[in-house]
Amino acid sequence: MSFMDILALIVPAAIVSAAPLIFTALGGVFSERSGVVNIGLEGLMLFGAFTGAVTIYYGEQLGLGGASPWVSFLVAMIVGAMLASIHALASITLKADQVVSGVALNFLAAGLAIFLTKKIFNAGQTPVISQRISKSDIPFLSDIPLLGKLFFSNAYLTSYVAVFVAVIVWYVLYKTPFGLRLRSVGEHPMAADTMGINVPKIRYIGVLLSGALAGLGGAVYVASISGNFTHSTITGQGFMALAAMIFGKWHPLGALGAALFFGLAQAISISGSHIPFLQDIPKVFLLIAPYVLTILALAGLVGRADAPKALGTPYEKGKR
Amino acid sequence: MQNKNNKMKLLVPLVSVFFGLLIGGIIMLVSGYRPIEAYAALFEGMVGGPYYIGETVRQMSPLILSGLAVAFAFRTGLFNIGVEGQLLVGWLAAVYVGVFVDAPAIVHIPLAILAAGVAGALWGAVPGILKARFKVHEVITTIMMNYIALYSTNEIIRNYMLAPGERTENVKETASLASPFLQSITEYSTLHYGIIVALIAAVIMWFLLWRTTMGYELRAVGFNQHASQYAGINVSKNIVLSMAISGAFAGIAGSMEGLGTYQYMTINAAFTGVGFDGIAVALLGANSAIGVVLAAALFGGLKIGALNMQSIAGVPTELVGVVIALIIFFVACSYIVHWLMNRVSKGGKI
Repeated sequence: MSFMDILALIVPAAIVSAAPLIFTALGGVFSERSGVVNIGLEGLMLFGAFTGAVTIYYGEQLGLGGASPWVSFLVAMIVGAMLASIHALASITLKADQVVSGVALNFLAAGLAIFLTKKIFNAGQTPVISQRISKSDIPFLSDIPLLGKLFFSNAYLTSYVAVFVAVIVWYVLYKTPFGLRLRSVGEHPMAADTMGINVPKIRYIGVLLSGALAGLGGAVYVASISGNFTHSTITGQGFMALAAMIFGKWHPLGALGAALFFGLAQAISISGSHIPFLQDIPKVFLLIAPYVLTILALAGLVGRADAPKALGTPYEKGKR
Repeated sequence: MQNKNNKMKLLVPLVSVFFGLLIGGIIMLVSGYRPIEAYAALFEGMVGGPYYIGETVRQMSPLILSGLAVAFAFRTGLFNIGVEGQLLVGWLAAVYVGVFVDAPAIVHIPLAILAAGVAGALWGAVPGILKARFKVHEVITTIMMNYIALYSTNEIIRNYMLAPGERTENVKETASLASPFLQSITEYSTLHYGIIVALIAAVIMWFLLWRTTMGYELRAVGFNQHASQYAGINVSKNIVLSMAISGAFAGIAGSMEGLGTYQYMTINAAFTGVGFDGIAVALLGANSAIGVVLAAALFGGLKIGALNMQSIAGVPTELVGVVIALIIFFVACSYIVHWLMNRVSKGGKI
């Protein structure tokens, strides 16, 4: 097996596993950059997966055909934002502990999603969808020698959308007035308030955007990878996205890179047994790699990762 | 003032439980179930007979310990979300000692529980050291450590302890907490002696925190790190110590599963959930030993009663998860309760 064959096996698989992580991690960037911790990404992603699976199933029944996954993405984003509004209400308006509220959100999403699945389908899982996002070659780009085969062949469109969205998020955060406001609210809310910025409003927008993107991540997972929703569809991908966001130092493009890297680790752990020099490495090292690396990154061993300054602290007007 | 604080301490959990159940009932009503019938079945399944009581008490034991773990770290101002991982390594350590060590029961059981505690303590100390030495937030590291524990324990079982059925061998009888006596008085529920261990742990937690110098220092760090530092308390040491003790409680919670309920350890596809439930237990119990025991009784009972609710009223057991989530939300938002109470007590003036 030549080196190119190995890359051709791993790289597309990595890009596929990374797409849901990228969306969810970008959601995390919005929330945490505005100063609100979002442990609830896992739950938001889980509920997005549930919403996606249900919407695609009924989309097929209604004859939407190939459009149903894309409709489901929109629905999952709206539902994700609605669910996140609970977290926003608790942690911004009611000044609850943000981590606790996030944990509660995870419980709520998991309980509600499976409760509704049982209620609607009378079974522990949703029916398997037939309209998945299909793999395709990108015209022209897939003809590029070497790179075309690796990056633009036999891949899901959603993966490219994910990369594109990451660039948009970067532009919004660093090149627009709204992005400046969002970041300032996360670093020093009192200074931002003094400059006339509505701190709670900006934070609400940050949290709702994180819900929308995490919901999208979950729906993309269903449409491209799992094909239905069960209690074990989303087990830790949301936390892995959280890790990617931190490993990427709360920066959209960093989160993108980290998510791709974690996707690579997952791809290797799945298909590593076919690859000559990797099959000797126990699979467990590849499974735990993303988490170990995140801890090392936080400890400053792989480049210092500093959180936004006001992360996790509710803002109270007039408090010094 | 003191009196009012005590009243609030009781009021917030009670109000939260009430509203959690109320909204759970509304969800059932909207979904086309009969809430009153469902809650009656739930209650029946919690305490309606010796068998159900036995099951509820059995479910309580790991919940008390995981709740104590979360509560203990909270007292030092630390949020240990890593109970789940510490529980898994504790479970594995207890089963390892239970399977591979030969000793009379009087030595074997304490040794296996001790091994679980030490394993959990070591696993919990890592985020503590990272926090003390590198100022890394413990919430993130403990989440990461959970996954590392999940995959690592599975790998160890698969490579060194595998028995047919994706699990380890049963622990030896001398290490087992199972009790034919307790089973016979509860119409053959799965009740075991673990509840005694859990209650002893609750007393130990109370004693450590409120009757020793160490506990005073730990709580002081929780109130104000800078003031403690200024008063000559070694903050770094206390952070590591708190996480280690918290991890020890979590590890022992794992031994409840390993030596009591299951007698072995399975290869887990996902987390047990006991560790995350511990967060709910600690919050509802206001981080006090007695509160944790009461909250564990409620949540343990709800989880067991849910089975009866499903078979009699047809409501999926997951409803209980939703109710528990709602209760945590309300406890977390107690700010609004405090604010309302203040408004009322000041006669409507600000």
